[in-house]
Amino acid sequence: MALSANAKTTAKLTTLAVGMLGFALFVMPPLYDAFCEITGLNGKTGGRYEAVPAAVDTERTVKVQFVASNNENMPWEFKPGMVEIRVHPGEAVDTVFHARNPTDREMIGQAIPSLVPFKAANYFHKTECFCFNQQSLAAGETAELGLRFIVDPDLPAGVNTITLSYTLFDVTERFAKQANNKNTDSEREG
Amino acid sequence: MAHGPKPGFTRWLYTTNHKDIGSMYLWFSFAMFLLGGCMALVIRAELFQPGLQIVQPGFFNQMTTMHGLIMVFGAVMPAFVGLANWMVPMMIGAPDMALPRMNNWSFWILPFAFAMLVSTLFMEGGAPDFGWTFYAPLSTEYAPPSVTFFIFAVHIMGASSIMGAINIVATILNMRAPGMTLMKMPLFVWTWLITAYLLIAVMPVLAGVVTMMLMDIHFGTSFFSAAGGGDPVLFQHVFWFFGHPEVYIMILPAFGIVSAIIPTFARKPLFGYSSMVYATASIAFLSFIVWAHHMFTVGMPIAGELFFMYATMLIAVPTGVKVFNWVTTMFRGSMTFETPMLFSIAFVILFTIGGFSGLMLAIAPADFQYHDTYFVVAHFHYVLVPGAIFSITAGVYYWLPKWTGNMYNESMGKVHFWLAFVGLNVTFFPMHFVGLAGMPRRIPDYALQFADFNQIASVGAFLFGAAQILFLFNVIRTVRGGKKATDEVWENPEGLEWSVPSPAPYHTFSTPPVVR
Repeated sequence: MALSANAKTTAKLTTLAVGMLGFALFVMPPLYDAFCEITGLNGKTGGRYEAVPAAVDTERTVKVQFVASNNENMPWEFKPGMVEIRVHPGEAVDTVFHARNPTDREMIGQAIPSLVPFKAANYFHKTECFCFNQQSLAAGETAELGLRFIVDPDLPAGVNTITLSYTLFDVTERFAKQANNKNTDSEREG
Repeated sequence: MAHGPKPGFTRWLYTTNHKDIGSMYLWFSFAMFLLGGCMALVIRAELFQPGLQIVQPGFFNQMTTMHGLIMVFGAVMPAFVGLANWMVPMMIGAPDMALPRMNNWSFWILPFAFAMLVSTLFMEGGAPDFGWTFYAPLSTEYAPPSVTFFIFAVHIMGASSIMGAINIVATILNMRAPGMTLMKMPLFVWTWLITAYLLIAVMPVLAGVVTMMLMDIHFGTSFFSAAGGGDPVLFQHVFWFFGHPEVYIMILPAFGIVSAIIPTFARKPLFGYSSMVYATASIAFLSFIVWAHHMFTVGMPIAGELFFMYATMLIAVPTGVKVFNWVTTMFRGSMTFETPMLFSIAFVILFTIGGFSGLMLAIAPADFQYHDTYFVVAHFHYVLVPGAIFSITAGVYYWLPKWTGNMYNESMGKVHFWLAFVGLNVTFFPMHFVGLAGMPRRIPDYALQFADFNQIASVGAFLFGAAQILFLFNVIRTVRGGKKATDEVWENPEGLEWSVPSPAPYHTFSTPPVVR
């Protein structure tokens, strides 16, 4: 039997509704991430950068400032080794951040970077960064967290100061949860 | 075919009749309107004086959240769906809705959704307290445990709205009487057709965003958690991608209602019918590309701020066309001022005021001052209360004689109008001033200099609330009896709904009418 007009309309509209649900769940988040990456929106910096040898532009000096802050309820002491540094575009620079876990339990932290001005976000490359991994500190343990970066020589002319900020999050529970899930999964498989 | 409704309660439980379902939607939304209104009165009572008098800040936040959710999803949207159920088949000469069983289902899941939502008030940790916009991470990491019930309630409401919308589109596209071409349809049908498409497009996005919240809360994902590599700002983008079309969902059917009422009482055909249709379609289209004007202050590239600013201002053009058409319809008309007309004229004036404050908010640099102040509260209450609530009230007075066969009490209707009109302006107009002076929204306490205007607003709120009791009384009295209405009810009203007897029989247009 051929479908009635109502059944056809209903089928089309249901497809539209399901499509929009899929759009919201599976398209919008990656689209937003891609959009942020392209525009530097929210100062999201990219992942690990493979250093390519480039000429160091000694004519130009850019001030890079470091900010460290803790997310709510994160008890660690967390501060940059130096507050600011003047660099030439193209040169690889090393710096450290200091972290200490003053509590009496082992904790895992995750630093999330953000950079202003947004238009510089795509010209700030990190070849090594503690933010690529989670940091695990035992009770009372101190750590020096390394960062190596290169400011791209193509940095837009108007930018003379770049501020890189890290916010440290407590992800201990999140990881404990994931570890538990993994354990139960493997137990089930075993 | 001459069989009436089943006797007893099962009539309402099993009914597939569009009139029964429309009535249930309308009564349900009125109940929710009173409940949400009581919550608003708790808010206004607390804000009568600076300092904390009546409720704790936590409960205050639950009240603002629940008031918003209940008014948007429980009062305004079901009321429009109820009016669509009653009127769309009668306006296009159809015997019933296209999918009557789904119609029953889409109504009957609503009471369960709201029972679940309201029950969170009695749960440990209290009801949702993160505002009706439920921004993450307030609604994820810092939410009370009842948030899961809120999420499920939103899923059910969304399913109900989507089913209702599919039903309305199928009815309008497939069930029109012969000769009822698209461009002959009454504007209420047109605005609902467009609204239904908006609903089908954005309610799934709302379902998506609450699903992501659910995953973040219970399943360890981090869509909105910065610690896990997500972004709370993503929440705002997805939410407002739903949220902006949503505010037009709450206003487009209102445009349709006043476009039916004003010509009747101005005794002139509607000016610029086709421009009304195109303006509605333009507003619907623009609603998809302006969402970020709700979040100018989150940090956006200047190009983004400019785009969303200009796109938002563009909406004033089709809206201006509509206001122009309503005014021109009244111009040199032979106007009378029955209750539905009073509400419609108030709609045109007050909605325009709300539109203008919207334009002020659209200016990105100025918005940094207005953002999250009472100015925003004044703005959206000026578009929603006279916009949605007044138009629904106007529609109920306008069609009530057709539904019940009895005339409502005109003087009581007029008293209701004037109390509501004065109450509304006394409540919301001072909010513009305190907002511009810097009073933030969603706070239980405020600085002393805002005390006078807040007292005035609170008095107005109780006046507005009391006026609605009169409305309820008038409607109940009309349902029970009163002066018999003629089939036409008004003087030469346009539309097929006036060609059937008053009260409208249980089944209308079993044979399609002839449309000239």
